Amino acid sequence: MSVPTNHHPIIEFRGVSKRFGSLVVLDRMDLRILPGQTTVIIGESGSGKSVMLKHTLCLLRPDEGEVYFEGARIDCLSEINLVPIRKNFGFLFQLGALFDSMTAAENIAFPLEEHGGFTPEEIQNVVTGKLRMVGLDGVQKKRPAELSGGQRKRVALARAIALSPKVVLYDEPTTGLDPVRADVINELIIKLKKELGVTGLVVTHDMASVFRVADRVLMLYQGRFRFDGTVDQVRCSSDPVVKRFVEGHASDEDLLSLQTGVSQ
Amino acid sequence: MAISVFETVGRVEREAISAFGRFCIFCRSAFVWLVLGSTDRRNWRLLTPQMYEVGNQSLFVILITGLFIGLVLAVQAYGQLQSLGLEERLGVLVNLSVVQELGPVLAAVMLAGRVGGALVAELGTMNVTEQIDALRSMGSDPIRYLVVPRFIACLLMTPLLTLFSDLTGAIGGWLITVQMYGVASEPYWYFTAEAVEPWSMWTGFIKSLFFGGVIALISCYKGFTCRPGAEGVGRACTEAFVASLISILVLDFFLGLLLQSIYKAVWGFTPLL
Repeated sequence: MSVPTNHHPIIEFRGVSKRFGSLVVLDRMDLRILPGQTTVIIGESGSGKSVMLKHTLCLLRPDEGEVYFEGARIDCLSEINLVPIRKNFGFLFQLGALFDSMTAAENIAFPLEEHGGFTPEEIQNVVTGKLRMVGLDGVQKKRPAELSGGQRKRVALARAIALSPKVVLYDEPTTGLDPVRADVINELIIKLKKELGVTGLVVTHDMASVFRVADRVLMLYQGRFRFDGTVDQVRCSSDPVVKRFVEGHASDEDLLSLQTGVSQ
Repeated sequence: MAISVFETVGRVEREAISAFGRFCIFCRSAFVWLVLGSTDRRNWRLLTPQMYEVGNQSLFVILITGLFIGLVLAVQAYGQLQSLGLEERLGVLVNLSVVQELGPVLAAVMLAGRVGGALVAELGTMNVTEQIDALRSMGSDPIRYLVVPRFIACLLMTPLLTLFSDLTGAIGGWLITVQMYGVASEPYWYFTAEAVEPWSMWTGFIKSLFFGGVIALISCYKGFTCRPGAEGVGRACTEAFVASLISILVLDFFLGLLLQSIYKAVWGFTPLL
């Protein structure tokens, strides 16, 4: 099964490059994300997956290249002009990034209050509805410190979808969770796509999660996409880099580092 | 060898200028949001908890600071003035020093430690746990939401706290001079009232207004730009305190010069003793 490419992309990167000092993280990268799909970006730790994700809503700006949302260029917009664009996105951060000083309910209500136009009753209903969706109705008054790791991620997901966004970005959604809790998050990603029709962009190195949620898989390697295909295609890829990552084998360089004790 | 020295100096200089430029851009954003956000009632709601944190929570430490400035000044100066037979004028020296210089400066130093440290730690932790990015991703500007309320709170509360520091400083001076050394109370307050004019109070207030603003801006900036990890937050706290302290002392000097020249131009020179 090949990935359809004839639709208009909802997110598009054209020749995006990003450097931090002398370190090139993204190297003239092109990407087209189609609406309604769950696209998963895989890659080793430090390969620039999170950096790429932050470029999609301009939390980071490219050094070169262009970023588009629904056909309109957004990387050149000011922070104020980005506000209406960002309303279309929900972002699930790696550690949840819930506000410590607020309760779970206040966290979910935050984007609604910030954008305005909702009555207190409407906000209350959205908070309850979103918490019910992630299976956590009842934790409204708890602060992030009182929640477990998995609960924090689910509350953060409820906050990410509070404004019913078109796109949800997941930054390593299952990292740090046990396999059962990780599967709950996977189920939620599938549920959001089915029930709300959201476009998902998932960054992960958890292959179990990739096989569960992905419609399309891309592998980021040395600042560019090394692989682009379906779950079946990634499973039987003959590319040694992709194969090693999917099977979870250390590279020869890593093994040499362990033998010599010197970073290669 | 010589080239590498020049290269290093040039690089350090360029980095310092870039860092100062980034700080100036940060300050400009804070001032822009201060104006743009002033009409939105939601922003004013954010101010109350910050005023409580900066004001109420710092009151005790400021009262103690002021009291001991007054006590120490009176103890140190009493011997010298008594040998000249001028002990009744001790209040002039103590209260003028407290109101114009030591009160505002030491209160600001204490606030740079207490409030500035707390601001860097709070915002720095928010930064490294991606809470600031989370704010931006939800279409909220972190400078409007986090920096402006803290900046206004420091701006308003520092002069108010300095007033309390001045008050306890005056009490400290009176305790030592009148209660401990037995100087007559009436001439002590008479000479004090003659020397400490409204302008002296204004000098202290204007200085503390600047000190409060500079503490808030430096601390928030350091919190926003701190490096990841516990070491990064710790380092940012130290850098913010040192930068605030130096800025307070430099500002005190230049504001002192400016305000004194304004006084001289308007009222002329008045000998105090």
